[in-house]
Amino acid sequence: METLEFSCPAGARKPLQRVHVGVVASGNLEVLMEPAVGIVSQVVVRTSANGFGERWRAVIDRFFARHDVAVSVAINDFGATPPTVLLRLEQAIEEAFVIGRAPVCPPTLRP
Amino acid sequence: MTIPTLLHSTAACFSELDARERARALLDAGSFRELLDPFQRVESPHLPPQGIVPQSDDGVVVARGLIDGQQAVVLSIEGNYQGGSIGEVNGAKIAGALELALRDARRGRIIRPVLVLDTGGIRLQEANLGILSISEMHAAIVELREFVPVVGIVAGRIGCFGGMGIAAGLCSVLIGSEIGRLGLNGPEVIEQEAGIAELDARDRARIWATIGCRRRYEQGDLDCLVADDAATIVRSVCETFAEKPGGARSRAVAERRRRIDEYSLPAAAGGPQ
Repeated sequence: METLEFSCPAGARKPLQRVHVGVVASGNLEVLMEPAVGIVSQVVVRTSANGFGERWRAVIDRFFARHDVAVSVAINDFGATPPTVLLRLEQAIEEAFVIGRAPVCPPTLRP
Repeated sequence: MTIPTLLHSTAACFSELDARERARALLDAGSFRELLDPFQRVESPHLPPQGIVPQSDDGVVVARGLIDGQQAVVLSIEGNYQGGSIGEVNGAKIAGALELALRDARRGRIIRPVLVLDTGGIRLQEANLGILSISEMHAAIVELREFVPVVGIVAGRIGCFGGMGIAAGLCSVLIGSEIGRLGLNGPEVIEQEAGIAELDARDRARIWATIGCRRRYEQGDLDCLVADDAATIVRSVCETFAEKPGGARSRAVAERRRRIDEYSLPAAAGGPQ
């Protein structure tokens, strides 16, 4: 297991709420996204695969190049590939910026 | 909206929902409220020193809300995190919630307890601490079921094994789907300990024919066999509470003895070969 920390100047948009997506399952990861504290966006990664710091740097740079956001992100990773990581981050962003995010499992399931 | 359209279908597979989505599905619309949610960071302190990445909820969702308008607590295990294994922290979340429901029940405030079981049992990395928390669960279920039916659901891809298999057996009512499996030792453990000649853990047909939920239902170990469909399982839980079932399967000792006698082969001379 390895812990990696990344930071960059905070962007313009702050999330409306904190969101949690994903599961720490094989080839998967969980993302906890919150509004950034202060003027720095921060990403803390705990990953089961050691030695991929450069790859993580590239993925996170690409994420912040695409989204001008002020977020604090915690990632617990169980060997997800870079595309999976980016998809989870995109999912978190989508949910973090929707007011009153609807539950993932909708009321229509009720009898 | 950003919600995947697939999940809007009323035909969502229960087994494909994660632990949180299952809890949400079981509770009345808008009533879901999570206790010790992921942002509380109540995670296992034992896994990182052993090089294992923790999960922010330690693989258990504790959700309060309503079932058919009545107070309820859903304890949902995430089978995809470490095989749904029970350690100190996630075990304490379940046992603690059951004990609080028990305290409320003693004061005349009934909270409907539902266990969504998707677990291989004990988390080996946390050994005795997991065993301790599972035994606390057992004690709480046995006391709580005197006040309110404790409903267990075995409808995930892991199934329910080990000490949690015992917890399932202690529930007042057990609901399962054909996806589910229920037992004490899981197939992989049996193969590892007794050899592949005893049981091939990859022999899916044989495994589901012996410990699959359909088989368990036929044996009387399961009260309700339902399709792997979220709406059906939700309806089944609602109906169970509406019926106010009494007793518990684990009390029917005479019936179990009769059935074991019925199935037992006459002892061959010289014992088994």
